[in-house]
Amino acid sequence: MNSTPIAPTLSDRFWRLANPKIFMGWSSKLLPWIAAVALASLCSGLIWGYFFTPDDMRQGSTVKIIYLHVPAALMAINGYLLMFVGALVWLIRRQHVSVLAAKAAAPVGMVMTLIALATGAIWGQPMWGTYWVWDPRLTSFLILFLFYVGYIALWAAIEDEDTAADLTSVLAVVGAVFAMLSRYAVLFWNQGLHQGTTVTMADGAKQDNISDVFFQPLLLSMAGFGLLFLTLLLIGTRTEVRARRLKVLQARERIE
Amino acid sequence: MIQLFLRDIGLSVRSGGGFGLALIFFLIVVTLIPFALGPDQAALAVIAPGVLWLGALLACLLSLDRIFGLDFEDGTLDLLATSPLPLESVYMAKASAHWLTTGLPLSLAAPVLGVLLNLDYETGKILCLSLLLGTPALSLIGAFGASLTLGVKRGGLLLSLLVLPLYVPSLIFGAQAVRLAGQALDYDVALVLLSAISLGAAAILPFASGAALRINLR
Amino acid sequence: MMPDLGKYALEVNSSYILSLMALGVIAGLYVKRSRAVRRALAELEAAQDA
Repeated sequence: MNSTPIAPTLSDRFWRLANPKIFMGWSSKLLPWIAAVALASLCSGLIWGYFFTPDDMRQGSTVKIIYLHVPAALMAINGYLLMFVGALVWLIRRQHVSVLAAKAAAPVGMVMTLIALATGAIWGQPMWGTYWVWDPRLTSFLILFLFYVGYIALWAAIEDEDTAADLTSVLAVVGAVFAMLSRYAVLFWNQGLHQGTTVTMADGAKQDNISDVFFQPLLLSMAGFGLLFLTLLLIGTRTEVRARRLKVLQARERIE
Repeated sequence: MIQLFLRDIGLSVRSGGGFGLALIFFLIVVTLIPFALGPDQAALAVIAPGVLWLGALLACLLSLDRIFGLDFEDGTLDLLATSPLPLESVYMAKASAHWLTTGLPLSLAAPVLGVLLNLDYETGKILCLSLLLGTPALSLIGAFGASLTLGVKRGGLLLSLLVLPLYVPSLIFGAQAVRLAGQALDYDVALVLLSAISLGAAAILPFASGAALRINLR
Repeated sequence: MMPDLGKYALEVNSSYILSLMALGVIAGLYVKRSRAVRRALAELEAAQDA
């Protein structure tokens, strides 16, 4: 029986991309390019920042740490946002690739948080005279680190894949709410030594806070960190998709 | 729901139910602090709010896995799930019972223990108030954590790991309120925010926990 | 070629080295796991197809 095919809507097309097989298809094509651009921007940003920028009047050469600290901190937060979205999509639509992406994002986000904390502490030592200060920003990142660890630990603790996906997603959603709460609580608790936002994310807007000389390599470095995150996210999600298929096949083996 | 609430209270008060455990633990922690940090009265008075809040918080952690654990093991939770009572109500009943047998006694005991740390009477009153306002959040969040780790064997440590970061806002506002009171500063904002967390937790966590319980009972 | 980092050389260099090491480790772990899973899956699929 002939029937006119219904054209797929934009939403249909979008969700089709998240179908595991199709995801594997487009991600394998995209991956080499993203990885290459990531490496290029990361290297050029860091090299520019390390070798070719002047020292700051007050902070001396430690200002060069900014090219690591700020991008890492941004990625730490983005990682959690990604986990939150992936968890939400799983809870609503039971989309496997989304929740596996959340699972893959967590360790990377955690490492970014650690880098932000470590560079923050190392930068802080000569500036504030101490490695650790209960400054709102740093403290928020410590709490964020704990959230990451809890999420990863819960994934590891539960045997059944889908149950683990469900429970960790509930945790991620509740955790996100509390993470935002913590941010404000910590601000309230300590008005803090951290300077006001170094960079506001208005596209291309240059701030009085930080001059061009520093801003451009910083932008490059942020792009590098962001694309590196994306690269690892894609690699990790692909691994998780394959791992899931592996588990299914192994289960089938045992039955036969 | 009331029956479940009363039953849980009864269960925890009976011997082996862990009722006094939280209080004893609280006492021990508060007693250990001067040994660890030296008996300087002035110094103890300064850290007293934080220590007492932290002690109460940790004492709350102790009995969290009992909230659902026992019923899960002997199948009672499955029965409750099939009953007309929604799991969200089961959660509320159990979290409330936990608070009544843990948070409430701790809140009342805290100013008394505060004497050991050179905490003055006026500040002690605010300490009690802040704990009364904050410990409901601790019970609610703790029960949520318990619902997540239900199926995990020996999940006590994991439970603490999940729950402690969620406790941080309550701890910050609670201890800060007491500190401000000690310095004769205005502590209203802290108490309001503390209550807001407890209320917010009561609003959203039943649904999250209900979902987690359903997932675990599949 | 090396910039004059002055008295903060230790801080700046340790930041860079630690960060790059951390990124390297996590990237390496991800790639390693990816390869291992891919290999295991290929072997299992080949065995099951046979």
